[in-house]
Formats: sequence, C-alpha cells, structure tokens
Amino acid sequence: MKKADNFVKNAAGRLVPTIVNGKKVIPFQGVNKYRPTHKGAAPRVPTCINYPKDCNKVVDSLKEALIKAGLKDGMTISTHHHYRNGDYVANWIFDIAAELGVKDLIWAPSAAFPCHAPIIKHLESGVVHHIEGSLNGPLGDFCSHGKMKGLGYLRSHGGRYRAVADGELHIDIAVLAASAADMMGNANGVLGKHPFGPVSFSRVDSKNADRTIVVTDTLIDFPCYPWEIMGNDVDFVVVVDKIGDPQKIVSGTTRITKSPDRLLIAEYAAKFIEAAGILRDGMNFQAGAGGISLAFTDFVNKIMIEKGIKARSMIGGSTKYLVDMMNNGRTDYIFDGQTFGLEAISSLRDNPKHIPIDVFDSYDFHAKSNLVQMMDVIVLGSTEIDVNFNANCVTHSDGRMLHGIGGFQNCMMAKCTMIAVPSFRDRIPVIKDEVTTLVAPGEMVDVIVTERGIAINHRRKDLIAATKNSGLPIRDIIDIKKEVDDICGIPAKPKLSDEAVAVVEWVDGTILDTIRKVEE
Amino acid sequence: MAKIASAGHYGPKIRSDCMVTIELTNSDGIQIELISKVENFFGDHIISLTKSELTFFGIENAIVKIEDQGALDFVIAARIEAALKKADKTISKSYLPEMKEHCKYKTTKDALRRSRLYLPGGSPKLMLNAGLHGADAIILDLEDSVHPDEKYSARLLVRNALRTIDFKGSERMVRINQITLGFEDIKEIINENIHVVLIPKCESKQQVIDINTYIKKLKKGKSPVFLMPIIESAKGVMNAYEIATACDNVVALTLGLEDYTADIGVRRSKSEKECFFAKSMVVNAAKAAGVQAIDTVFSDVGDMDGLYENVKQAKAMGFDGKGCIHPRQIKVVHEAFLPTDEELVRAKQIVDAYKIAKKEGKGVVSLGSKMIDPPVVKQAQHILKMAKLGGMIK
Repeated sequence: MKKADNFVKNAAGRLVPTIVNGKKVIPFQGVNKYRPTHKGAAPRVPTCINYPKDCNKVVDSLKEALIKAGLKDGMTISTHHHYRNGDYVANWIFDIAAELGVKDLIWAPSAAFPCHAPIIKHLESGVVHHIEGSLNGPLGDFCSHGKMKGLGYLRSHGGRYRAVADGELHIDIAVLAASAADMMGNANGVLGKHPFGPVSFSRVDSKNADRTIVVTDTLIDFPCYPWEIMGNDVDFVVVVDKIGDPQKIVSGTTRITKSPDRLLIAEYAAKFIEAAGILRDGMNFQAGAGGISLAFTDFVNKIMIEKGIKARSMIGGSTKYLVDMMNNGRTDYIFDGQTFGLEAISSLRDNPKHIPIDVFDSYDFHAKSNLVQMMDVIVLGSTEIDVNFNANCVTHSDGRMLHGIGGFQNCMMAKCTMIAVPSFRDRIPVIKDEVTTLVAPGEMVDVIVTERGIAINHRRKDLIAATKNSGLPIRDIIDIKKEVDDICGIPAKPKLSDEAVAVVEWVDGTILDTIRKVEE
Repeated sequence: MAKIASAGHYGPKIRSDCMVTIELTNSDGIQIELISKVENFFGDHIISLTKSELTFFGIENAIVKIEDQGALDFVIAARIEAALKKADKTISKSYLPEMKEHCKYKTTKDALRRSRLYLPGGSPKLMLNAGLHGADAIILDLEDSVHPDEKYSARLLVRNALRTIDFKGSERMVRINQITLGFEDIKEIINENIHVVLIPKCESKQQVIDINTYIKKLKKGKSPVFLMPIIESAKGVMNAYEIATACDNVVALTLGLEDYTADIGVRRSKSEKECFFAKSMVVNAAKAAGVQAIDTVFSDVGDMDGLYENVKQAKAMGFDGKGCIHPRQIKVVHEAFLPTDEELVRAKQIVDAYKIAKKEGKGVVSLGSKMIDPPVVKQAQHILKMAKLGGMIK
C-alpha cells in the first residue's frame, strides 16, 4: 500500500493525493464549496446488562483496560491533550501495546507535544503506523524526514471533531485522562488534585469510540459532577498516581511578550480594531494565549477602560488576564475551550459566567451553527504568510513540520481574522511569494499585522475604507515584503523531495495541501 | 605573534549576531567552517560573502569559523573585519557595505529631541528595528554599554549599522568613548552621516573644542556634525555654561546622573532631589547658550507611571527631552512632553496675535493689554509644534 497515491491539483492549485493510507479522500474544492450528504458516525450499540450491575467500572491497570477493550493490530487509539506538554498517558498506551506485541496502530491525539517524543520508538518499531491529528516538535521532525510508515494526517481541532462525528475518523479505543472521575466513569477536568480545565476536545471521542477508558489520579465518590464525560459512555476506569505533570500546561507562550517589536505588533492590532469600529460595546472576540495575542488583549483592555467599553464575550485559551478582565467588568462572559493557570481553572469552576465550551460549540464545521462565526475579531500567529494572504502554521520555511494546526483554520470563520506576526525571524522573512504549506486560503485572512505595518486583504473594502484616515501604518503587503527582503536578503528555497509525508485537511474534510519530505 | 582572533557573540540566547574566529595561516588557502541557524537559507550566501571580504583584504590563507545566529550581512561583515584586524594589526582598509539611500537623510540644529533611544553598540538585535518606535533620535552607544574588550568590534558594527539600517527619520546619534579612545571612534565613523556626537563625561570647554576640531579635520562634505556634551560630574556642572558655548555645533546639553551622584558622594534616589542643583544648572546653562537641555534616562523600564511623572517634572524644570533605554518608554515620554490644554490655548492666542501683528506690520505683539516678547512667541510656537506632533491639533 502506498502512503499517498493518485495525486490531483486541487482548487487551491496544490497537488494533493486522493488516496491516503489506502483510503479515498476528497481534494479541496474551494472555501464553502464541498457539502457532504452522508449520515454521521454510528457508534456501536451497548447494553447496560453487559456492564457491572453496581456501575463500578474500575479496573486494576491501564494494561488490563486495554486488553479488556480488545486492543489489537491496526486499531485507532485516541487521547486528549489535557496537560499539553506534561501528558504521561499517551506514552503508556503505546508502551503497553509494544509489550503486548500489538502492531500498526493509528494514534489520533487531539494534540501532540514534545513530551510525546518516546512514541518515535514505537513508530520505528511498527507498533504505531501513523498519526492523525497533530504533529508537533520531535514527532513532526520525524515525519518530515519520511520516517513514518503511514502518511501523517493533519486536522484542526474543529476538523478532528468533525472527522470523528462524521465517521471519517473511527476511534476503536479512546483513552481519556481526567483530573477527577467516579467509578461509573463520569469525569471532568475541574475537580481533583491537579485540574486542567475543560475536557472539551475529547467529548466527541467518548460519544463515538467503540470503547472508552477514563484514566484519573483522583477517584471521587459518585457523582463526579459536572460530568463532561458521562459514565454512560465509559467502559473502564483506571486510577493511577499521576496522569501527567500539571506544571507543563503553561508554557512560555502564555505570558505577555516583553519584546518591544511584538508589543508594537499587538498595539497596532488593537488600534486597528479600534479604528475599524470593531472594538465596541457588546463585541465578541477571541483572546488567544500566545505572547502577541495576550499583549493584544492587554492593549484592548486598556482602550476598553479608557472608553468605558464592555464586551459581551471573549473566547479563551483563558488565562488570569481574561479572568481579571471579566472580574473588572470588561466582558460579560468567558467561553473557555482550554484553560491555562490555576486562577483561570478556579474561575471556570466557580463563576457561572465562565462557561466551558466544547469544540462542537465553537469550531465544528458540520454543526448547525458555529460560535466562531459570531466573533468580531480573532488574532492568530503564523509561521509564514504570503503576498496573497495565504497562511501557514504547521511547517517552517525549511519545510519541517513543527506545529499542529490547533484552532487556526477554524478561527478563519470569524468576522475579522487578523494574523499578527513579526515580518522576519532570525533573518528569515515571514512574508513569502508563496507559503511552503497552505493551511488557510488567503481569502479567509483579512488583515496581516507586522511591526513594519498593517496589510489589509483587498477583499475587505470595508476595513480599508474604515481605517483610511486612522494614521496607522497601513501598507501594501508587497511593499512590506520588499522592505523585509531588502533587510534579510532573499533566502534559498527549501530542499524538499517529491515524496509526500503528510496531508493538511481543510475544515470540511477535503485535502488542502501535501507536506513533502525534507532533504538534508 | 598571535595570528588568531575572534569577534562577535554566539550562544543559545544570542540573536542576530555571530562569532567569527579567524586564524591566519601560511598555506592551504581559505577554509571556512559555518555553523548557522539559517544555513538552509543563507549558508551559501554567507560563505560567498566571507570569501569576497577576505579577497578584499588580500587574505589568501586562513581558517575561518563562523558561528551564526541569524546575523545580517552587515553584522557578519563587521565581525569578520574586526577578527581580521585583531589578528593582523597592519590591516588598515575598511570593508564598507553600500550606504543605503534610507541612511542619507539630514537633520537640523533645532530638531525636536524629546526622546533619544540608547542602543548598545555591540548588540545588533536591538538595532534592527529601533527605527520603528518613533523616537526623535537613536543613540548608537560605544561607551558604557560596550565591554572594554569589545570596543573595537562594536565600532565597526556601529559603522556598518549606520550605512545599512533604516532608522526611519530618527536623528542619528553616536555616543563615543572618552578621549583618547573617542578619537578612534570618530575616525572610524564620522563620515557615516552622523547627525550628533554625544561627548561623555564632559568637564571643560577645551574637550568640546578638541573634539569639534578633530571632527572638522576628518569630516567630508558640508553638513555639520552637531555635539551634545554629557555633564556627569560636579566639575562638569560648574562648567556647564562654558561647555554649552564652546562652539557653534553644540545643540544640547545633557546629564548623566549615575556618575554625577557617585562624584558628589551620594546615592541616586527615585525623587532625584539630590540632583536638583545639577539639573537646574544644566537647564540654565543650556538656555543661556541658546541650546536644548536634555534630561537623563529613567532606568526602571517597568514603571511607566513613574516615568511619566519623572518627565512631567523634567518638563516643568525646563528640559526639552529625555533619554530612553527601552522603546516602550518613547511614547510615554512624548505624551509627558505634550502641552496641557491651558498651555495650548494660551500658545494659540499668542501665535494668532503674532500673526496679526506681522500682517499689520506692527513691531510689537500684544495680547489684550499685555505686550508679548519675542521669546514668549517662540515658546508658544514650540508648544504648537509639540501639540501638532502629539496629535492634539491638526
């Protein structure tokens, strides 16, 4: 079986396979062009009489749970990134699989992190065939060098949820970590010894997987409420000493940047939405947890205080900065898909206006509505952008795959999507003629903010008109690129082979781009 | 004799710089070892740049090691030149990058100097985007921020930066070292369109005259290089007026309070009460000489409210500008120098009255029953200029 076969040129002009890991896939057909007609996933029908009468599903170990769940060759195993770079659980699963001699598994994490580097040995030995979801750091590097047996399959957070709910990504066994659970399997991420926030990404797994195993370090008396994961969806409960290192949820990126250039970018972005009339009473916006996004939120906060503006809602990555803003009356609600830091977790647990959301609420393209469409503005980062406003967030300019898509593609549905990036990093220009990997089509990106000026997509005549006399440095993207090329010089093209190592899926399930093997 | 030398910086925390080590040999041609963060993109380019520079200096045999963290060409070239000249002191040529058009703008004697941003002369990373933050001036510093061992290398880096970086209209200043090292600085950089030379630890009229004479001797072209003596000692304070009037090219006096407080044997306090006399002297001497008075830096970069208050106070004392050590301070400084609404209204009235008087051919300007003297008109015009720059009026 070829990893990827029958390549065609898709609507974005990218050469993509129509067969991936032996399955047929649909090439990208243009934004909002593809409308599937099939019914969604249909999980196996259970019977309660097949489960313990006392509803106690606790088993002795993860190994026992995996054996009882019928772990065998070729299965798809999913996990949730509860502790982000501090997760222990995913590594255990594949160590156990190796011990049991199981092969060719597919790992479908909601996100992978550098802490999952030990899985490389299982990819090498054939325990894991390939990864669907996110490839990050060492795993991305491994895949970029063509060393993974199967083709990597990159999906956004919303795309993963959709794929599971659509039946495109069938999960045989979901292994979901929770900071607290009861013996029935009711579980959440806000109680217990080391809470991490909402379980939002893995609810869909618990609803659609054939078997669901909950792993916790805190077994509490029934009921474990709120039951974000419902006991009725759970087959086994495993109690361990630790499910991960809670310190590693917060990485260096969840603090406001101190770099003067990045602060300038954040300030331009905030002033831009003020000038464009987006920053007003009742607005909804996403306040990301990255360095520039946090600084942007901080500038927005200052303008709000100065002008007495109050937002209706903010979507996190919630941090203590957002919580402070809500407590100071700058927003009515926080919608929270992912929580960073104890202050934010306490607020999520205790404040009814700090609402946990699920990927279905916010990012799922196949939902009947989508919260992100209501967002007045969203600020994102990127590894690269190009003169046609196309954006890349998964590969670096040398073609190596180092980041997951996260919510990046899903956020493109907002009313105003801004990408805030430095115009060059270590003499490598961020603005290209063409992005190395297409992750978001240019028509979805409205504004690019750099330290050298702000470029508005020519499609957004409204934003161009609204900010014309703002005094902000609004420039043509080509003009900014020229200045940056003059500073850095023109970099040599990355050395990439024709061999495909991964594909990027668009939010609707079609294939947007192919990632090629890096040649050293 | 040592024929091996290095220049620059390399390490996990260093960005936009490189360390170049050159060993001059007698045979085997040029051997280059490159370790670069951007090797995939600029590896071949860096090698060819290195080769042409060595050819320029007539080097035929050398072992060159470049450890690079994304340095731009002008930085790499400066580091190579510094290492080479350290290894062979007989080399006297200069390898100059092309002077970019955006480095050729001019200044004026009475240019606005509310903010001036200090940039350590040995750190390219901080220079690259310095022009984006809207400071009235940037200062490439060769003195206190540069380690004694790196003076030579920093001088070449600053020279190349002045030929390459777009400082976006900020006045181009350099703080030289004390004499006699300062003469060497001047020799290397004076023809790189420097607008103002800052003279550290200035104590006498003669120092200013010596430097001005030396500059005039070496400077090509007509545009003058202005001088800003820094008063940093008790003696300097006492001689402030003679320093300010030492020559026509002095455009401002400024203060260095760290050294001054050490000199008078006290510790610098947050209120700077102990420096009141020095500040008053500098303001008074500068105004008597018809030049600007510029206040020292505010070193707590985290305390923007403190900075604002500090600048307000400086403005109230008669200072025209403030030193900045972080780009985020610039905006706060500019805001603090904005006139109050009351000042603005009065300034408008005065300037209007002046215009009417001029139109009617009257020699005397009067507002109501009061006569307005020319310095008051000038001050009012200055206030309007500040207000316009700050967006208070169109």
